[in-house]
Parts: sequence; structure tokens; C-alpha cells
Amino acid sequence: MRVLAALSGGVDSAVAAARARDAGHDVTGVHLALSRQAAGAGSRGCCTREDARDAQRAADVLDLPFYVWDLSTEFSAQVVDDFVAEYAAGRTPNPCLRCNERIKFTAVLARALALGFDAICTGHYARLVDGPDGPELHRAVDTDKDQSYVLGVLQPHQLAAALFPLGGDTKRAVRAEAAHRGLAVAAKPDSTDVCFVPDGDTAGFLSRTLGPAPGPVVDVDGVVLGTHGGTYGFTVGQRRGLRLGRPAADGRPRYVLAVSPVTRTVTVGPRERLSVTRVEGVRPRWCGPAPTRPLRCTAQLRAHGMAVPALAEHRADADGERVLVRLDEPLLGVAAGQAVVLYQGTRVVGSATVDRVA
Amino acid sequence: MAYLDHAATTPMLPAARAVMTAELHQVGNASSLHAAGRRARRVVEESRESVAAAFGARPSEVVFTAGGTEADNLAVKGLFWARRAADPARRRIVASPVEHHAVLDPLSWLVEHEGAQVSWLPVDRLGRVSAADVTAAIAADPSSVAYVTVMWANNEVGTVQPVAAVAEAAHAFGVPVHSDAVQAAGVLPVDFAASGLDALTLSGHKIGGPLGVGALLLGRGTEVTALLHGGGQERDVRSGTLDVPAVAGFAAAAEASRTDRVARSARVAGLRDALVAAVLAAVPDARLNGDPDPAGRLPGNAHFSFAGCEGDSLLLLLDARGIACSTGSACSAGIAQPSHVLLAMGADEASARGSLRFSLGHSSAPGDVAAVADAIGPVVARARGAGVVAARTV
Ligand SMILES: Cc1ncc(COP(=O)(O)O)c(C=O)c1O
Repeated sequence: MRVLAALSGGVDSAVAAARARDAGHDVTGVHLALSRQAAGAGSRGCCTREDARDAQRAADVLDLPFYVWDLSTEFSAQVVDDFVAEYAAGRTPNPCLRCNERIKFTAVLARALALGFDAICTGHYARLVDGPDGPELHRAVDTDKDQSYVLGVLQPHQLAAALFPLGGDTKRAVRAEAAHRGLAVAAKPDSTDVCFVPDGDTAGFLSRTLGPAPGPVVDVDGVVLGTHGGTYGFTVGQRRGLRLGRPAADGRPRYVLAVSPVTRTVTVGPRERLSVTRVEGVRPRWCGPAPTRPLRCTAQLRAHGMAVPALAEHRADADGERVLVRLDEPLLGVAAGQAVVLYQGTRVVGSATVDRVA
Repeated sequence: MAYLDHAATTPMLPAARAVMTAELHQVGNASSLHAAGRRARRVVEESRESVAAAFGARPSEVVFTAGGTEADNLAVKGLFWARRAADPARRRIVASPVEHHAVLDPLSWLVEHEGAQVSWLPVDRLGRVSAADVTAAIAADPSSVAYVTVMWANNEVGTVQPVAAVAEAAHAFGVPVHSDAVQAAGVLPVDFAASGLDALTLSGHKIGGPLGVGALLLGRGTEVTALLHGGGQERDVRSGTLDVPAVAGFAAAAEASRTDRVARSARVAGLRDALVAAVLAAVPDARLNGDPDPAGRLPGNAHFSFAGCEGDSLLLLLDARGIACSTGSACSAGIAQPSHVLLAMGADEASARGSLRFSLGHSSAPGDVAAVADAIGPVVARARGAGVVAARTV
């Protein structure tokens, strides 16, 4: 196959590309330049020139043709603007899912297929398994590294053109292999933050982008406890950074329970009020055939969160498509905007974007 | 492999390789007084004479540098500082907008950090400036002009500039002129004295010499302020122990260009004409950018726009078929930017992005042209498909 390997500049994608090549594929490397320097006119770089250089170095070591594809316009429109708008609307988005869905497996995939490539290879830790209905997406063997959650938006035609060579291995083994292959990125630390907020200060990024929008912090009875600089600095379930000064009357820690950008109100309260047993989502994405009957499954609401047993139902009516998920055990702190990803065993069934919880 | 990127760098000529490798076996700092130093100095000075003879300069006018970029920086910044030191009112630089980044970026640096102003010359659709516009730009306020800089020939579209006429126009106001002749040297008759220029940039690796060496030809009356301070080796204008093997290799390439240039350029132009004909036959709506008249164009240059394609896609597909070419100047490789040269020539952003440069040189052969003739039709068709898909997903 002709394979386009997305090289981020990190160890995982480099080893994935190497394995694809060793498997006999004709591999070409691309680094996706996703965000442009704020410098504006005349800037030729992306957010991390080192990453681009590391990616190129890896491609050189592996003797792969290497190109940089500028997707900064698409990324900014599809991922960054959406991220900001979601926070502004009081929701908590996951930009990695969005990027996988819209950038890597739509814009890049379309271009790759048009250029004559058969598949895209990435360093995600997830497995593709041939099933009766086509390729199935499964959790990685290394449960600590498993990234199937952020791929839960991929539909069959996208999975059919994907290659995830690392899903059967541990991160340790991948690092050791990188060192063995002479890839200088072997010891590079994992990236963890939102890539377009390189200093990790999401609240700071949002307040710079959205400007100050101060409002009250209230308790469940509406008593004003303090003020905040913008609701977008808060996520349901958050405990730190409330800066309320005086402790709660009962001395127990307080958590963000609700974020209402319209009234600019952040509501805080005790931990048990975060408990959620029913999650509703919109924009379902099925990794295989859409379920036609209520589905026994497990539901996961964060990239590295626990999956809890659940009953999920796909409904299509005048309001559009919805997914209703009843959790067998309560989960704490589920925010609108998060993705609910559904699994059967290790297989990813699909996902939806949470818009209501109860 | 069909190597069609001679404008990025061209293979070393056998004579240059021989002289340089022989020199790598020697020891000697050209500034030393002992025998080894004297021997090295002799090599450097003979090289200086060869370079001077090849490009119509006097030996004392040759300032060796570590390449074209350094020579351009020395001219652009050094002339500005020297002219301003002599007369603080002279802060305005008249420049063409199609210069290489080795000129453009020091210009914008001077604007940002040194209070310089740039008057950009208009260019026509072929990317050419006119002497009349130089006159007009200076005449607007003659006492404010530090100097004029216009390249001899453009690295992307190959358009040859009327540098002698530009020099004459500027000299009417007593204003000095620099020209980046990196792409012209070795293929066009570049004669420093006859051109009337005050400063001229050369680069070793574009004429069949080694990488990392070049020269600024600097008229004897022309002052520049140094960029690199130290031992003062080159007329006190440039410091640093000279790279004797590289200088010797550069000189050998200059020498070869003096003897072989006319025949070589005629042969290269013939291949280029065949390549242009083949591309236009395979892709009838391809557009040749730059001057269609061979007299106004570098002999090895063929530059096209392919509507509906991304230059990157073309490059990737041609590379996969063993054809090496470029979307423009290698210095802006990495993230593709629409070419400032094409934009200045009036191209829209989309066609500026869908462009490709094939550049031929001394080692080019008919087989290279045949490879392009075979590949270009299917490659453009495929890239067009990808271009359309990419646009739809945005
Ligand atoms: C017109 C022009 N000027 C300057 C340069 C830079 O020369 P060098 O590579 O020797 O630094 C180049 C090479 O890309 C060029 O084409």
C-alpha cells in the first residue's frame, strides 16, 4: 500500500511510520503544520518548529520522503474556533477528537486519497481488527496509553483507510524500539496539553481570546460567594482555582456544578451534586453499523477516564439524532461538550457529544 | 533520478572538485607569515584573481564571504550603515520586490531595527523593473536615498533585470547600486565593470563550486560597514579565517564559467526550450511564468503555474517518480507560502501556490527532459484532483 504517515515530531508517530515501512508499505511522511505563529505577516513557522524539525529528522533516519502540509487554516477554523466557541457557550470540548475527525481523517485523508495514497498511518495507541462489518476499532493493549477514546469519532470509511501500528504494544516497548532504530526522539517527553495552548494555561488562552467577562460565583441556593473573570475559565467538576476565600459553612470542598455563560454565573456546591446517571449526546458517530436496538455497553467520558456499564440508545427524531446513555453507576462531574464514547468489550461502538446530563 | 533543481544548488564541476580536494590535504592559514601561510595566501590571491577575471572585476574588489546570503547581508546592511554614517538623511533604500530572502529579510530587518525605509519598485507581469521607475523612485526625494538594490536575474521565474540601465539611472543621482547576481553568474555574461554596479553578490554553489563560499564584488570607492568583526582579513570589511579549499574550488568554477559559459548556456537553453515545449504539450493550460523571450530569461529556468493544483502536491508526486524540482526558493521550503515573486507579478494567491520551477544546469541531459515529459501530464491530473478535494473539505 501507499501509506501517508503523519509525523508529529514525537516518538510514537515515528515508530508507527517505521513499522508501516517494515511491513512493506511505501511510506511517505508528512508533518501537519496546524497553528501559525501569532507573529502574523511574514511568519513562516508553525507553533513548534522543533516538532517539525524532529519529524523531518525522523523521516530522514527512516529514509522516507517528507513534506510539511500546511493545515493551519483548516485547523484554526475547525478546531481552534470551535474550542473557543464551545467554552464561550459554557461547554467543555475535546479538541483532539475534533482534530482527528475533521483534520487528520477528513482534510488530510481526502488529500492523501486524491494523491494516490491508500491509507494514513498515525502513532495512536489503538487497534484495528478485521470484523464481519469491516475494520473494528479496539482499545490498545497498553491500557494506560489507550487512545481509542480520541478516535471514537471515526466512521467506517475513515477506519478503512487508517493504520495504527502501535495498538498492540506498550509505550515502554515503543520507546525502546525508537532508541534501537536510532530515532533521536526516543526520549522526548509525551505531549499532554492542548497543542495550540503550548504553555498549558487554557484559562489564560481563553481569557486572552474572549476578553474579560466577570460574573458571580453562587452556591446552589443562589447566594453569591465571590466573583470570577469569565465563565470559560471553569469546567463542571473543577475544584481548584475557585478562589472563594472563605470556606463552605459545612467545611467541605466545593466543586463547579454548572457554568452559565448567558447569566455569567458559575454555580458551586458539594461533590455529591456532581453525580450523573443519565447522559444525552448529539452528533453521534458510529465506528461500525449504527445500533438499531438499545445497547449494553460501557461508557467513557474522558480520555483517560473510567468506563462504566451503561445502556445506550440511538434515537432519530425531528430534533435530529440523539444518543441516550443510562449509566449503571453514577459518574461525577460530566460537562456538556465532552464526548461520550461507547465500548463493547474492547471495541469502540461510537460516540456522541454530550449536551445534557442528569 | 532527474535532477531539475540546479537553481537550488548545482553539482560541483570536476575541476572545482579536483582543486578543492587537493587543497583539503594542505595546511595553512592565509594570514600566517610562515611558508604554509604564504602557500595558502597564494592560493587565495590566485583565486581572487580568477574570480575577478571571470566577472569583470579587479582582484581588490573581491571580498570573499561564506556564501551568497552573507554577501547580500553585507551589501544590504553594510551599504545602509555606511551611507547613513556619511549622511544621516540617507535612510531610504530603493529595492525590487522580487529579491531573494537573503536581500528581502535584511531589508525588513533594517526597517524594523534601524529606521530604514524601503521604496519598492513596481515590476511588470514578467517580474521586471524599469530604469525609468528607478529614476522616479529616487527623484521623489534624491537626498534621502542610501542605495538601490535590484537582482541580476530572478531565482524563481528567471527574469533578467536591466541592471546596467538601473545603475546608470541611479548614478545620475550619485546613488550606488547593489545587485544579487547569484543566479546570473556562470550562465549570463556578468561583467562587474561593464555593468557599472557598485556591489554585486556571487555564490559558489550556484556556479559549480562548493557550498558555503561566495563573494561580494565591491567597487573601490564603495564603503560598507562590516558585519563580522575580527581579524579584518578581507579589506577590513569581512573578518574570519578564509576557507582556502572552498575559495579555491569557487575560483575553479568561476574560471570554468569564463571558458565554457557560452557553449554551456546554449546547450542548457536548448534543453530548457524542449522541456517547456513538452510541459505545454502535456498540459496545454499550464502557464509559463516570466519572460517567454529567451533573451530575457535565465537559460536553465522553466517556471509554470498549473491552475487548480497545490505546488506541494506536484512536488510530492514528481518526487515519487524520481524527479527533483522545486516550488520556488528552497529557503521557504517546509511550509509552502505563496511566492512573493509571483504575487508581485500580479498572480493571485491560488496560482502562486500552484507553481513549479524546473531548473537545468551543466549536468542536465535530454533524459531529464524526457522524464518530465512522461510524468507531468498524469501528475498534474492527479494533483488537480487533490487540489479540488482539499478545497472542498475546508
Ligand atoms: C538569488 C539568490 N540570492 C542569494 C542566495 C543565497 O545564496 P547562498 O545559498 O550561497 O547563501 C540564493 C540561493 O538560494 C539565490 O538564489
